[in-house]
Amino acid sequence: MIFKKFNIENKKARDLIPQAITVLALLSVIIYFATNAQINMGNRGISFGFGFLNQEASFDITFSMIEYDGSHSYGRAFLVGLLNTILVSVIGIFFATIIGVVVGVSRLSDNYLIAKVAEWYVEIFRNIPLILQIFFWYFAALRALPLPENGISFNDISFLTIKGWYVPKFIWTNFNIFLLSVIAAFIAIYFINSYATKQREQFGKQLPATSISLATLILIPLITFLFLGVSLTFEYPVLKQLSSTVYTYEGGVSIIPELIALALALSMYTATFIAENVRAGILGVGKGQKEAAASIGLNKNQILKLVVMPQALRIIIPPTTNQYLNLTKNSSLAAAIAYPDIVLVFAGTALMQTGRAIEIISITMLTYLTLSISISMFMNWYNKKMAIKEK
Amino acid sequence: MIKSIKTWIFVGFASLLLVACGQGGGGAGSKKSKTLDNTKKAGFVKCGVSQGLPGFSNADASGNWSGIDVDVCRAVAAAVLGDADKVKYTPLSAKERFTALTSGEIDVLARNTTWTLSRDADIGLTFVGVNFYDGQGFMVRKNSGINSVNDFKNGISACTNTGTTTELNMRDFFNSKNISYEPIAFEKADEVVQAYDAGRCDTYTTDKSGLAAQRTKMSNPDEHKVLPETISKEPLGPVVRQGDAVWEDIVRWSLNTMIEAEEYGVNSSNASSLKDSENPAIKRLVGSEGELGAAFGLDNEWSLRIIEQVGNYGESYKKHIADTGILPNRGPNQLWTKGGILYVPPAR
Repeated sequence: MIFKKFNIENKKARDLIPQAITVLALLSVIIYFATNAQINMGNRGISFGFGFLNQEASFDITFSMIEYDGSHSYGRAFLVGLLNTILVSVIGIFFATIIGVVVGVSRLSDNYLIAKVAEWYVEIFRNIPLILQIFFWYFAALRALPLPENGISFNDISFLTIKGWYVPKFIWTNFNIFLLSVIAAFIAIYFINSYATKQREQFGKQLPATSISLATLILIPLITFLFLGVSLTFEYPVLKQLSSTVYTYEGGVSIIPELIALALALSMYTATFIAENVRAGILGVGKGQKEAAASIGLNKNQILKLVVMPQALRIIIPPTTNQYLNLTKNSSLAAAIAYPDIVLVFAGTALMQTGRAIEIISITMLTYLTLSISISMFMNWYNKKMAIKEK
Repeated sequence: MIKSIKTWIFVGFASLLLVACGQGGGGAGSKKSKTLDNTKKAGFVKCGVSQGLPGFSNADASGNWSGIDVDVCRAVAAAVLGDADKVKYTPLSAKERFTALTSGEIDVLARNTTWTLSRDADIGLTFVGVNFYDGQGFMVRKNSGINSVNDFKNGISACTNTGTTTELNMRDFFNSKNISYEPIAFEKADEVVQAYDAGRCDTYTTDKSGLAAQRTKMSNPDEHKVLPETISKEPLGPVVRQGDAVWEDIVRWSLNTMIEAEEYGVNSSNASSLKDSENPAIKRLVGSEGELGAAFGLDNEWSLRIIEQVGNYGESYKKHIADTGILPNRGPNQLWTKGGILYVPPAR
């Protein structure tokens, strides 16, 4: 009786058995790889384990967003690299999106010059390999900057030099209160906007929601400055002489040229693809939509903002998600110009100093996988939010 | 549906087969040497070298490698295959070198590599000797007014190679002096040189021999100088995989033969005429006495071939390091009999 259940005629079993076999085959391949690696490593006297993560790293890193020096562990060095990867990715995604949208819209401009410039930009930057663009920015453009003593000065508070861009440092008192006030402002803005929407939908009243939101965002934090003891001072970079011809800047924050070059290259390159997505999205909205919007008296900006963009976004978001993922993964080219990202710090220096190739490479791969999946999940959520809501 | 599953199963088995084939290399060391057998079968020695360090391993315009590290590979090829030119060179970055060796891509690593405890003990490598005693130093611009490491001040930026002992020594040094510094670590030596040359960093630190060699690559070598202090011990030497004792001995004694030959005054031009020498040590070196080669499964003229085709250590040093102007003075890399620390166990 029981065999009847697994009869090949039985549809459920027919669907299940091949899948089970596939999973088993896949598992056995993985297990085989693992044991094979283990045996070979054993033969060559290489030990396996993750204990090294707690050992002292004993190498320094140029640039870190958290407190780090060589006396911290390899685990901490991993975190420094990961944060640096995230930093350059976030900066890259931010600027790539802005440049991409501007260029994409410009390509459709009625102004011949603007449209052509945008077209040339796209054609040049998307057709040169990214690594060459990184080299260009780092070894050609930024290397042409002056030495610190002749640094390009911006009003004497910020200096651009071959050693990096020195900017003033913010020194806060009662930063927590300020942060809370910003959060409070955003919550207030949320309620203002939902109230405005309700007013519009129910009574057809147009409230100046944008202006009110902006005012809230400025006013609430301003109150903390005036009455709640929040204050902000700046520490400016000052030129310091180290020896007769060696100078550097002291104080302020130094943005290293490696970060600038990498962020520039990543955002300029990825922006071209985003621009094309934006153009495709806008062109993908039916002509009738624009004509209908124009016929009810909306002006050009309103048509773009209220009618075209909401529909175009549905076309733009999925391929742009791919570009965000590409940018994040491309940031691993950082190693070529000594930007201390996770590949240089962890899969580079740490791997070299410990010799734990398998452990470190798998951790690094898992990290990129996690990063990419997080970006995808966020973008999928956003995509769903922007999708057509059938009523 | 069924068809796609068949494909999957096929792919699975195919990968299994591939893995099984790939397992050939390495293996536990028995009396016979797998690496030696494979080398003889292939007809060349697989040797890992640097990506270009004058004096140690550097390729000329037509792709011919030369240098004292290259000479170690050539010596092994002369001993094992009878021809010093039968070497396949693989240029490796500091980061790649050990993985290339442990994975079997190369069989000898002669790439100005520092012998340290953790490298020797922890990651499946064996250092077979020292072919250059070095130490880490600093290079600065001559006009910088920095004349010693004591002139370094907080905020100095230092360029170096990533994945090297240099990176670690640098930290130890600046920490002990209580100087805060900006470390910039590149993957390729050429990038470090370029960054330092352009002014991205104030000092360039690596092994002193490396500094001397890289200085020749600067746009204006005379503008730079190496500070007198040495901040670390850097014994550089060839490395082999752990687990093949015979191969390890071949590489070790190929290097030792070159040094011992210099000690006894045997060189590439007089070696064959010394077969009837009075001195038994010389006779063993040129293969006319004893059966030393048999210990590693080689013939008795292995050491003669090394001396004839590659030369002794002194010849190699003079040709690659002294005559090229990198380090004319041999310093510690002089024989123990002449005030240096080159001292190898006797070949007998």
